[in-house]
Amino acid sequence: MAKFTRREKNRPVPKLAPRIAGLMALVVAVLITASLRLYYLQVIKHHELAELADRNRIRIQRLPALRGLVFDRHHRPLVDTKPSFDAVIVPEDTPDVNSTITRLEKLIGPNDMAKKVEDADDDGRPDFEPVMVEERLNWPQVVALETHQLEFPGVSLQVTPRRHYLYDSLAAHLLGYVGEVTVKDLNRLPDYRMGDDIGKFGLERSWESTLRGDSGGQEIEVDSIGRRLRMLREIPERPGNSVVMTIDLDLQQVAENAIGARAGALVAIDPNTGYILAMASHPAYNPNIFAGGIQSSAWRELITDPSHPLENRSIQGIYPPGSTFKVVDSIAALMDRTMTTSTSYNCPGGIWFGNREYRCWRKQGHGNISFHRAIVESCDVFFYDVGQHLGVDRIAAWAHALGLGKKTGIDLDNEKAGTIPSSEWKERRFHERWYPAETLSVAIGQGYVAVTPIQLAELAAEVANGGTLYKPQFVSQIDALDGSVVKTFPPVVENQTRIDPQVLAQLRSAMADVVNASDGTGKAAKIDGIIVAGKTGTAQVVKEAQGARTKETALSDKNRDHGWFMAFAPVDHPKIAIACVIEHSGHGGSTAAPVVKAVMEKYFELNPPQGGAPVIVPSNDAQPTDPLAD
Amino acid sequence: MAEIDRRIIYHFDWTLFSLALALSGIGILSVVSATWGGKHHGLDPLVMRQLLWVGVGTALMTAAALTDYRTLGTYAYAFYVLAVAMLVVVAVAGHSTGGSRRWINLGVFNLEPSEVAKIAVVLVLVRYLRDEPPKGGWNLLHMIIPALLLAVPAALVLKQPDLGTALILILITGTLIFVGGLNWRMLVVLMLGAVLVAPVGWHYLKPYQRGRLVSFLNPQSDPLGSGYHIIQSEIAIGSGGAWGKGFLKGTQARLNFLPEQTTDFIFAVFAEEFGFFGSIVLLGLYTALIARGAWIARHARDRFGTLLAIGFTGIVFWQVAINIGMATGMLPVVGITLPLVSYGGSSLIAMMAAMGVLISINTRRFLF
Repeated sequence: MAKFTRREKNRPVPKLAPRIAGLMALVVAVLITASLRLYYLQVIKHHELAELADRNRIRIQRLPALRGLVFDRHHRPLVDTKPSFDAVIVPEDTPDVNSTITRLEKLIGPNDMAKKVEDADDDGRPDFEPVMVEERLNWPQVVALETHQLEFPGVSLQVTPRRHYLYDSLAAHLLGYVGEVTVKDLNRLPDYRMGDDIGKFGLERSWESTLRGDSGGQEIEVDSIGRRLRMLREIPERPGNSVVMTIDLDLQQVAENAIGARAGALVAIDPNTGYILAMASHPAYNPNIFAGGIQSSAWRELITDPSHPLENRSIQGIYPPGSTFKVVDSIAALMDRTMTTSTSYNCPGGIWFGNREYRCWRKQGHGNISFHRAIVESCDVFFYDVGQHLGVDRIAAWAHALGLGKKTGIDLDNEKAGTIPSSEWKERRFHERWYPAETLSVAIGQGYVAVTPIQLAELAAEVANGGTLYKPQFVSQIDALDGSVVKTFPPVVENQTRIDPQVLAQLRSAMADVVNASDGTGKAAKIDGIIVAGKTGTAQVVKEAQGARTKETALSDKNRDHGWFMAFAPVDHPKIAIACVIEHSGHGGSTAAPVVKAVMEKYFELNPPQGGAPVIVPSNDAQPTDPLAD
Repeated sequence: MAEIDRRIIYHFDWTLFSLALALSGIGILSVVSATWGGKHHGLDPLVMRQLLWVGVGTALMTAAALTDYRTLGTYAYAFYVLAVAMLVVVAVAGHSTGGSRRWINLGVFNLEPSEVAKIAVVLVLVRYLRDEPPKGGWNLLHMIIPALLLAVPAALVLKQPDLGTALILILITGTLIFVGGLNWRMLVVLMLGAVLVAPVGWHYLKPYQRGRLVSFLNPQSDPLGSGYHIIQSEIAIGSGGAWGKGFLKGTQARLNFLPEQTTDFIFAVFAEEFGFFGSIVLLGLYTALIARGAWIARHARDRFGTLLAIGFTGIVFWQVAINIGMATGMLPVVGITLPLVSYGGSSLIAMMAAMGVLISINTRRFLF
């Protein structure tokens, strides 16, 4: 090897040095640029980009709270929640949505899956949100999908707790139903999300906040293709509280069975608390069809059904009270002393007023008749006279005090107030003065008078309890999931009408004979061992001259009168008060009274009266009951 | 070389050697991160292979360091012909992945000839340009041969298609001609020519290559298409923040939001976990390596050594600049690895061998 010496000057390299230096300047410039760019991304834009990284990987999944249960008064479940399986597809996780859907339709039955996915897309639902393609899979469908899971990336089974009404249409109007929240709801309720259930009607609606609970959430980490990898954080849901109702399942069933296929309503109240023991309305619907979204065709069918199955006739149905209104006349007249219990009038079968005749239902008349018999046999002429002496305004004042013509305040939507006419009311409504002849119609619960079944049940309860108007309640208690009591609802007194005990005794005695006397109009409600007190009524559907009363059979079904019966029992220590209307059935004594009887019997079978043998009120005379009697 | 001169040991460039090893170490860490949590739960076989390549590369680097770099001049043309032959083989019978045909399947190892071609083009050009240029520098006529030497492998690489490597070949050729002594006027002419040729070049780009350019200019135009890679890479780098998410804690890579995360986008993997601090350290290592390379070029014993050092250092510089520029969204997406860090045997071993040659150049300036 050559000896090492420094011969720097002879080297060729120094000539290249300036260009190397130039290159190094470029290198430095480029690296400084890169550093600045990194500073910009990692320091200045860090938060924004870190958030984007999290949004990339974290999906928030809501854990809907289990909706509270609904029990009857003996803690028997009426409404619960059971799992239902839906097939969902996450478009983003599905490599080929169209072919997947075609194969899926082949597997679990052809339907409109492709359209559902398209609709969701049109609605702007993000691709990583699952779209429900088939609801409520039956078991073979669930099994089919589970076994072929691997062939359907992005498709999964979603277990949804679904509202389940154990007795289908039982107490449907009272329980109501749930449905998916609407866009309008969402704007109003910040806690709700698309797809959530919300109470739409009945108890489900009015007790929504109790039943719903608070939904929880999960933060789930997903990879770039949306596979769920692990849960990062979870806020558990708080299940909704349960509602204990005041209604009795057995009584409710008996009431609905007794009404049967006819249209009508029945409300049974505990007269000492205002708690509702049964509330039936027919025709009804099956609330289970609403759970998880009702088909629009089924919905259209329900809302266009001429028999209005969605209407809760107990609180929304307004009917003329017919002769049941004579109870109001009696209280008003006896308390205002326009009559006494010994007052008697002659009933020749009708009276002339103005230029027309107002007939009694009994063509041959009742002859000389006093208060007791007038109630028992429901003499119309007697109460025409009572009404004339009272005047419409005093009748109206008493009716209002007793809770008629205004909403009872029950926790249900769409309650109707009904109408109790007065001269002031007519002036306001029609700008017309009151004609005395109209008072005659009012006195027998016709004309402008209109009430709801629950109002008449309250009236029966007031006669039973001595004038206390309770707020009708159907929820007595709220329970937490573990069964502990969260809240109870004691009786609420809305109004206290002072009724003379003498008057009450006379009225109750007369109403007891309506059921128990051989010539009473409500004999069909008589039960063994318990004295039931009641009053029949027939509400005319077609306005016609009183004199032109026709045999019911001659009228077509929709023009036939509505039959009423209101009652309470036992007469001395009342435990239950009931009002029942059967639409277009004719006389209350023959149609509504047996329904009430069935409920009464069931009630006393379930709650046998304490103490010795019941007092049997002797019946007066033994005339056969006229089929036209009301 | 039966016996090793003691002075070779004495003057061995440990600085460059350490820098090369440090960078390949960062490479191994980054490959671990990029494959962590994948289907292998833990260390991926890719990591083991990368370790093997680093071992082989280190051995080759040492061997190259101990070899007199001047012998490379002797074999330059032969090596060039071999590299071009390999590129032809790739074009005819190459192993393709992801739409491009880049590899020769050697059974245990997929050789990527374009990596060899980069070394070969540097060698052959340096061999050709090692003689002093005439006074005033080279003119256009002198450039015909170098242009042909570039054109053959560049055309073959573009055919694969591998725009990134073709770009590096062009840049490195330009660098060598510039340093070697191009006439200043020629330099201006070539630059103007490049500007004029660019629109013609656009015409020959593949649609996806054009798409990359468009999406680079406006990444939001197609966030789930071509722009996706740029956006996800920026998110990864930016979400790392000043200090990073920590080793193995990067979510963008682990959850596969990054494309090509072991190779072209490995910088994003590293920057997400080690933050601005780590990125600057990495840039610092590259700066030191490039500065060392330039220093070696400046102090080399002969023109051949100087240009060889410039050539190999230039490869490192251009690849770092383009790769990081791409990962940070400053340049369009072209497939270029981060030297010594990205996963890949061919590029790693070729690069470490080149570093060995640099050491050899530095060591031998004391020997003759």
